[in-house]
Amino acid sequence: MKNKMNSARRSKFAAIVVIASGLLVSGAGYAVATQVATTSASSAYTQAQVDEGHKLFLANCASCHGKNAEGTHNAPTLIGVGAASVDFQVSSGRMPAQASGPQIQVKPVQFTDAQIAELAAYVDSLAPGPSVPTEGQTAANGNATRGGELFRINCAMCHNAAGAGGALTQGKYAPSLMGASGTEIYEAMITGPQNMPVFNDANLTPTDKKDIITYLNYLQTNPSVSGLDLENIGPVAEGLFVWVAVLGLIIGITVWLGAKSN
Amino acid sequence: MSKKEPAGQKPFDGEHDYSAGLAVVAPDPVANPGLEPHRVRMTDKSPAHEKRAARQVATLFFVSIFGSAFAIYAYIAFPITNELWTVRNNTLLLGLGIALGLFGIGFGAVHWAKTLMPDNEVSEPRHQTRGSEEVRARAIEIVNLANEESGFTRRKLIRRSLYGALALFPLPAIVLFRDLSPATDPTEELRHTLWESGKRLTHDPSGAPIKASDLTVGSVFHVIPEGLMNPEDGSHAADMLEQKAKAAVLLVRLDPEDINSDREKEWGYNGIVAYSKICTHVGCPVALYEQHTHHLLCPCHQSTFDLANDCKVVFGPASRPLPQLPITVDAEGYLVAKSDFLEPVGPSFWER
Repeated sequence: MKNKMNSARRSKFAAIVVIASGLLVSGAGYAVATQVATTSASSAYTQAQVDEGHKLFLANCASCHGKNAEGTHNAPTLIGVGAASVDFQVSSGRMPAQASGPQIQVKPVQFTDAQIAELAAYVDSLAPGPSVPTEGQTAANGNATRGGELFRINCAMCHNAAGAGGALTQGKYAPSLMGASGTEIYEAMITGPQNMPVFNDANLTPTDKKDIITYLNYLQTNPSVSGLDLENIGPVAEGLFVWVAVLGLIIGITVWLGAKSN
Repeated sequence: MSKKEPAGQKPFDGEHDYSAGLAVVAPDPVANPGLEPHRVRMTDKSPAHEKRAARQVATLFFVSIFGSAFAIYAYIAFPITNELWTVRNNTLLLGLGIALGLFGIGFGAVHWAKTLMPDNEVSEPRHQTRGSEEVRARAIEIVNLANEESGFTRRKLIRRSLYGALALFPLPAIVLFRDLSPATDPTEELRHTLWESGKRLTHDPSGAPIKASDLTVGSVFHVIPEGLMNPEDGSHAADMLEQKAKAAVLLVRLDPEDINSDREKEWGYNGIVAYSKICTHVGCPVALYEQHTHHLLCPCHQSTFDLANDCKVVFGPASRPLPQLPITVDAEGYLVAKSDFLEPVGPSFWER
């Protein structure tokens, strides 16, 4: 595969192909941008926000995502990802990315809420995409029991039945959901950040999403029913605790029982 | 042998009175060290230590008294209410109290015995395992007498009918436990799932049918066959769990250009592909899908399948790809199966 790519790059047509595809992408990007600019009046954002967002984008995002958000080999295109994606990535501190790696890490948030809204306004103006959910959509007042069932079917295999997160392949992982807000959970489901799949409204309806948020809110706000939850990361941690701590205690008592008093 | 010199300690002098042969009599490799010299305990030497030990024992018993009282207090003061988490405080504190109550008595008693009770060391040799000749002869006499008095050897009819009764007694258990084996041929049961031509793919758990247009690229749907769950009233088929365990499917939409296999494209629909969710290693549900790498990870033993390449195994202990369910759309745009799985789902099978 790699050799094939290298030989393809050396081909005499390679330059023509690269230029043609570059023109095509930037042309298409421009066409989309101008086309949406005319319709963005009907969106939730003002033109001033879009303009401010564009400036912020050029200063902070364009080096990886491209000047027109068309994407580079370092980062995907942002055309069509929607305001929800921007809000999730930036307000959770994942973007702007600090370093490349198997997975972009959470770090302190870099922008104010107003700036995040402006960035979202700019990306939203490029092409229609999922918008930031309203408070009514993300309030934890649904059916927690139903949300629990949906969570176990759709989410628990990666995020763990208790929402504690878990490992994926080659250094990637599903993060813990214990600190996640309803808005973040909702946005993650509709946009599928990084390697997470997309759960659109046909898969999990807004009601389903509200129920899942309600269930996670229940987990977040209620202490564990058992004693030590050992971070809920599963049988390995629990087994290690029993084998080391409890068995150690039993061995200690046995030694004491057999020792002579001095 | 104990009266002779061990062979290793005496050079060979041709005057052994035991058989030469091949046997090598090893010297005792671990010499019996005998009893340790008796050490007098501090509590026997110093009255101050004795007093302290007595106080410690009493303290342990007081700890036990406190623990038992605390258990009663905890049970009343931390009741289990309708809030689920109250179970934790109730069981934790009640258990701690009872544990202190028992451990206090146990540790106190052992500490008392070790520090304050008489410290006499006594060595008691083991008695011989073999009975004396008189005891053995008497035992045989009793058996013979019993045989004679009961007529066990003399009364053939009774003896043989008893043998028959004993031999037949376990048979009901064999007939009973035989029914634990599968009632029908397991090969046929495992070879076929509920999927068949024209059967709609439906949401797990609601049972609502899925349109091809419902899937965006990167979508993952957890799918069960139509008829397993009734979306109208939430009722389900009688053998729902058995059928779901075989027929569970993961439905994913990829960009068709990302799919490297012509067969996978042909069995899918516009980049929508359906694969069995049952790992071919030991049957865990495989559903950890990574949108960008197209990897499907099994959480049990990290088998990794490449969804863009016929779900071939790229890592881990699984030895076969996940079986693909051929799908298409019906006249109304709903996704339907083209047929059952073309190979048995799950980890192992008779012809493998």
